[in-house]
Amino acid sequence: MHKTLEAESAYLIRGARIAGGDPGDILIRDGVIADIGTGLTADDAEPVDAEGLIALPGLVDLHTHLREPGREDAETVASGARAAAMGGYTAVHAMANTDPVADTAGVVEQVWRLGRESGHCDVQPVGAVTRGLDGRHLAELGAMADSVARVRVFSDDGMCVSDALLMRRALEYVKAFDGVVAQHAQEPRLTEGAQMNEGVVSDRLGLTGWPAVAEEAIIARDCLLTEHVGSRLHVCHVSTKGSVQILRWAKGRGCDVTAEVTPHHLLLTDELAETYDPIYKVNPPLRTAEDVHALREGLADGTIDCVATDHAPHPIEAKEAEWANAAMGMVGLETALSVVQHTMVDTGMLDWAGVADRMSIAPARIGRLTGHGRPIAVGEPANVTLYDAGAKRDIDPAAMASKSRNTPYQGMRVPGRVVATFLRGAPTVLKGKIQ
Amino acid sequence: MRHLLSAGDLTRDEAVLVLDTAAELARISGRSVKKFPTLRGRTVVNLFYEDSTRTRTSFELAAKRMSADVINFSAKGSSVSKGESLKDTALTLQAMGADGVVIRHGSAGSAHRLAGWVDGAVLNAGDGTHEHPTQALLDVYTMRERMGRVDGLRVAIVGDILHSRVARSNVLLLHTLGAEVTLVAPPTLMPVSVPTWPCAVSYDLDEVLPKSDVVMMLRVQAERMKDAFFPTAREYSRRYGLDRDRFARLQDGAIVMHPGPMVRGMEISAEVADSARSTVNEQVTNGVSVRMAVLYLLLGGSGSAIGNQGD
Amino acid sequence: MCAKKVSDSDEGVGAPPGRGDLRPTRAVLEGSEIDRALTRIAHEVLERTKGGEDVTLLGIPTRGVPLARRLAERIERVEDRHIPWGSLDITMYRDDLRMAPARALGRTEIPAEGIDGRVVILVDDVLFSGRSVRAALDALNDLGRPRAVQLAILVDRGHRRLPIRADYVGKNLPTSLRENVAVLLDELDGRDAVLIGPARPRPGEEDHR
Repeated sequence: MHKTLEAESAYLIRGARIAGGDPGDILIRDGVIADIGTGLTADDAEPVDAEGLIALPGLVDLHTHLREPGREDAETVASGARAAAMGGYTAVHAMANTDPVADTAGVVEQVWRLGRESGHCDVQPVGAVTRGLDGRHLAELGAMADSVARVRVFSDDGMCVSDALLMRRALEYVKAFDGVVAQHAQEPRLTEGAQMNEGVVSDRLGLTGWPAVAEEAIIARDCLLTEHVGSRLHVCHVSTKGSVQILRWAKGRGCDVTAEVTPHHLLLTDELAETYDPIYKVNPPLRTAEDVHALREGLADGTIDCVATDHAPHPIEAKEAEWANAAMGMVGLETALSVVQHTMVDTGMLDWAGVADRMSIAPARIGRLTGHGRPIAVGEPANVTLYDAGAKRDIDPAAMASKSRNTPYQGMRVPGRVVATFLRGAPTVLKGKIQ
Repeated sequence: MRHLLSAGDLTRDEAVLVLDTAAELARISGRSVKKFPTLRGRTVVNLFYEDSTRTRTSFELAAKRMSADVINFSAKGSSVSKGESLKDTALTLQAMGADGVVIRHGSAGSAHRLAGWVDGAVLNAGDGTHEHPTQALLDVYTMRERMGRVDGLRVAIVGDILHSRVARSNVLLLHTLGAEVTLVAPPTLMPVSVPTWPCAVSYDLDEVLPKSDVVMMLRVQAERMKDAFFPTAREYSRRYGLDRDRFARLQDGAIVMHPGPMVRGMEISAEVADSARSTVNEQVTNGVSVRMAVLYLLLGGSGSAIGNQGD
Repeated sequence: MCAKKVSDSDEGVGAPPGRGDLRPTRAVLEGSEIDRALTRIAHEVLERTKGGEDVTLLGIPTRGVPLARRLAERIERVEDRHIPWGSLDITMYRDDLRMAPARALGRTEIPAEGIDGRVVILVDDVLFSGRSVRAALDALNDLGRPRAVQLAILVDRGHRRLPIRADYVGKNLPTSLRENVAVLLDELDGRDAVLIGPARPRPGEEDHR
């Protein structure tokens, strides 16, 4: 389905609370926000009743696996973009670990085009740091940066750039085009065969442990490297208390480091592995309640800059297996905002303006996206998400827009529902339905 | 349907029931007809993803002595080796009407997974580095036979605790039955959270030996030294092996156990393994009685009398 | 935990008052009558087995076992010859195993003389449907080949479902199916008595009704 990128009609959103503030009207016309105020009228505009809804700038995900090319049975750019729209996202960063790997201008441009064609969400490709994620040879980072996809985020996600020298070079090299290296912090030797967080539960279950230090050691090293070469580092899916402490320390020293946390690490703990159901198997692994608490605090105080989903679709058979043989990862685009509300807003740790920052403004800034993560203000691109924070919903994997069903929240009742998503003035979701 | 997935699933009363039942079965095993009609018409599948002739034969003999129909389903030469998933295998067994499935698998938790896919009782015969509950039952049975009690018994478990399903199951069961367990291993072969386990921990075998009623030696694979768990097999053996000198320092009446297969010269010397205090062969014999008891209690009645309430 | 450590030896025997049932019951036999009944059975055994030659007594757990021991003592007192006695557990031979969770096994203790060529007298407290005796015959069959098998019973309450009859009966006790018969023995219950009271349903009892 091909959609035009600019809206053909105008919309008048009535009574929305912008970033949780006082109710007001938002007039969208020609893809931009034309007016904001109370009691607005526009005869040519289609009215959208947003009484009681919260208006957020369209959400931006720094970390999404769309699986295309290579694993179109799990997800495609088009299906992933629909899932993103249903979750309130207007832009997602597609991770590079596809097959073939997004390590050339050709592959990133293909992904970028598929996103444009889908029309449901902007898809910004992430380029691989090393060729084929081999961890040894730099990919043509400059060619990807100069391509029509304008890649700014580079990551070997799934694999850690563990070679300290190569990491240094990558950090230095991307300075030429204001790029950022997004590191998957996992010391490989400390995590050989690792299955879940190393601790009381792993020892009891007999599953090979994944120590927190394997993440923290890499983060500490990379922060020091970044500081040394004066570059920019982004840390993917921070999962431990120690990582938060190291990031806080590094930021205090003036290191230009940013970090993300996933919704599932804000909520779930390793005790879920007691079921041996690999729906809870994920990389990095679910940690302890103490870690969850530290991550929430880190996100609240800005030590962690943003929430990223690490949306990782897998076909059913990849999860209907013994734990050790099952794939790692969870889908997350369609549940992220609800989980953030539940863990951060409903607990009083973050207000809606904070959510707008952590889920839209900050990730767009880190990814250097120009048309996203802008405040809801006159003249800005009309990327708007309308969210009913008072709603409750039961998570039904079968009803998801993603092609995959591997959500850890199946059967859970969560707060909030995305009612509408506007991408440059065009509704991709309206009344909770994909358009 | 109920299952036996972990030794921790058994309450004290249930564990005693298994041991008493096994003892009664062992007492009458010398009679002319060794078979009981109890499980006539019931089908037990031995689903073995790992080679283990010892355990599989023990289960097979136990099931046959109870008159169950036994199907051996091993990974080699079956659909499993052609890439069939555990779930599809489970559904096949389900369609065949298996009343009980005995599973040995290299992955921790596979018995739990199987229990969610079949209606029959699942009996964990060793899942990865997780548990091996019938081994713990037969070990405890052997201790009770030899020592006359389990409560208050001081048991040292020595060797590769980190990778041992036998150690995990024994710690749980012995704790349930009131024994005092001390785990002995180099720190590298000890789980990081072992201080939270219901047992004591020591790195010094010589200190623990004279205070032990039972010394259970675990197999240590020499390949572990490739991952730097210990420098050399010789050093391991010197610090943690049960050789003649250490054996001489055991208390009077103390016994030496080993779940097998033994690596003679590594964790246990030949003369210790063959001594009168070694229960290695008794453990094998007792294994059949204990497994008969477990099969009887899981499958003999309308529902299981022991074990984990599955879904 | 579902298996019962106390497994009633014969069908139809519910829990007697001493074991927690407070519903009205009455004693139909007291200790002295039980004593006389056992003495009479001992004499009958002697008559019918040429002075107890080759006799082995096997009690069916739980309450058949002390009865077998008492009978053996009485026979020995009269004849001054050794009468081997033991116990024969029938749990794994019961036809109602699948109707309840697996039960704890009782003890099987075969005297050193064995049973081959012997006159085995099975001893139980109550004879009801006959299913326990059938199970005992099966169990015996797996143990060896007696020359003859006989049955001694303290109370025969009728209602047989199988072609089985007792060779020695302490007391015939006509009962209705709505009643329970319970035997108390000093060794286990602190006194000797046979009680009769209202039946209460037990798993696997359906075809006795």
